[in-house]
Amino acid sequence: MGRRVLLGTLGLGALGVVAAPALQRGMEAFLGGAAQRDPTGLTDLLPNGGGFRYYSVTSSVPHKDAGSYRLTVDGLVDRPASYSLADLRVLPRTRMVRDVQCVTGWRVPSTAFEGVRLSELLDAAGVRAAAGAVRFTCFDGAYSESLTLEQARRADVLVALRMRDEDLGHAHGGPVRLYVAPMYFYKSAKWLSGITLTKNVRPGYWEERGYDVDAWVGRSNGRDDEPTT
Amino acid sequence: MSRRPDAPPASARVPRFSATERWAHRATAGLMGVCVLTAACLYVPQLAQLVGRRALLVTVHQWAGVALPVPVLAALGSRALRTDLGLLNRFGPHDRRWLLAVLRRDGRRASRPAHKFNAGQKLYAAWVAGATLVMLGTGLMMWFTHLTPLVWRTSATFVHDWLALTLGIVLAGHVGMALADPEARRGMRTGSVTREWAEREHPLWADELMRVPGNSRTRPARTGPRPTTTDSAS
Repeated sequence: MGRRVLLGTLGLGALGVVAAPALQRGMEAFLGGAAQRDPTGLTDLLPNGGGFRYYSVTSSVPHKDAGSYRLTVDGLVDRPASYSLADLRVLPRTRMVRDVQCVTGWRVPSTAFEGVRLSELLDAAGVRAAAGAVRFTCFDGAYSESLTLEQARRADVLVALRMRDEDLGHAHGGPVRLYVAPMYFYKSAKWLSGITLTKNVRPGYWEERGYDVDAWVGRSNGRDDEPTT
Repeated sequence: MSRRPDAPPASARVPRFSATERWAHRATAGLMGVCVLTAACLYVPQLAQLVGRRALLVTVHQWAGVALPVPVLAALGSRALRTDLGLLNRFGPHDRRWLLAVLRRDGRRASRPAHKFNAGQKLYAAWVAGATLVMLGTGLMMWFTHLTPLVWRTSATFVHDWLALTLGIVLAGHVGMALADPEARRGMRTGSVTREWAEREHPLWADELMRVPGNSRTRPARTGPRPTTTDSAS
């Protein structure tokens, strides 16, 4: 009898895996609705409960503000630069509203990001002909990301200053993060502090741990999520 | 039933769990604790923010999860554990009465008869074993991403997440009940319980112990109900 309970649990688990796509759609619809009317925020803790999840690869991340923040652009460029937050804030802004898709499965619909097009900063620095890729480093001291030069010049790649029409908070990678709209969210490095033009793509933090470098939503990492752009 | 004159007094202690069983329980509990804690730090945003170190947490979680069945499997060499697993597996008419009493919220001892393990403990053991294996299977599908087709992996994540939540609640119940019963905890810590506790919580088991005096040195009877053994043979 006990054995039957055990086997029954195993069977239900297997059935759950088979029925998961349908169950998941129902659950997302239900919890998405519930989360709208939930003042406690408890639904955010449930699987598929919606909302952002905080991921950091280091034990603690220093806080930077308008006084201490700097973004450097260097490497294979003619005019290396260092931007303060105030410098970035006066540059032309782009605002985009797209879904955010994490490679671990969660998706946050229609999230507004606002910032300076990365191509703008690249043009200002004067990219040399030898450069083929862009490497991003972060002031958490560990995270890094990279894009090919072609990807980096896309109009939907921003150096983001605002999210959901508010200045980027520390937990979301503020004061400045990268925003790569068409790719899984690990490409959108938080706490961005360095942009370096390199000859070839150098895999970033998670990419050295098995994630795809070309992380198009729905066409990489063995996933088939609906594209975000 | 006829009580033998040499039956130990009510205050005497009776053996409940062998050393092997206790160590298997400790090791399993430790690994499960690591799994739950690392899972919480990976999953609950506030904890994730506090702890960070995702790559390390993932590695610890994966290895603790894979090791989770090892202590029990290793302890299968112990006759005491195999005997107890047999007892956990077998449901008798008294277990039905116990479950009905729980469903009717009937708290009287007399209406909740139990042998060495009550029906709730039997259900818990079987369900947790099954759930752990499901967690292991779905966890491996998420870990070795290129072994299974994509749809399976997304589905595995779904099952892993929701079952984790369920398992967390059930484990909290297990720990809560242990916290509420110091003598049960002493049984798992030292291996023995008072006869009084055994008669109160597990009357059918206590009756059987009475009929087999000095049971720790007695071989299982050839006829009649199987007595509880200890680890003396392993």
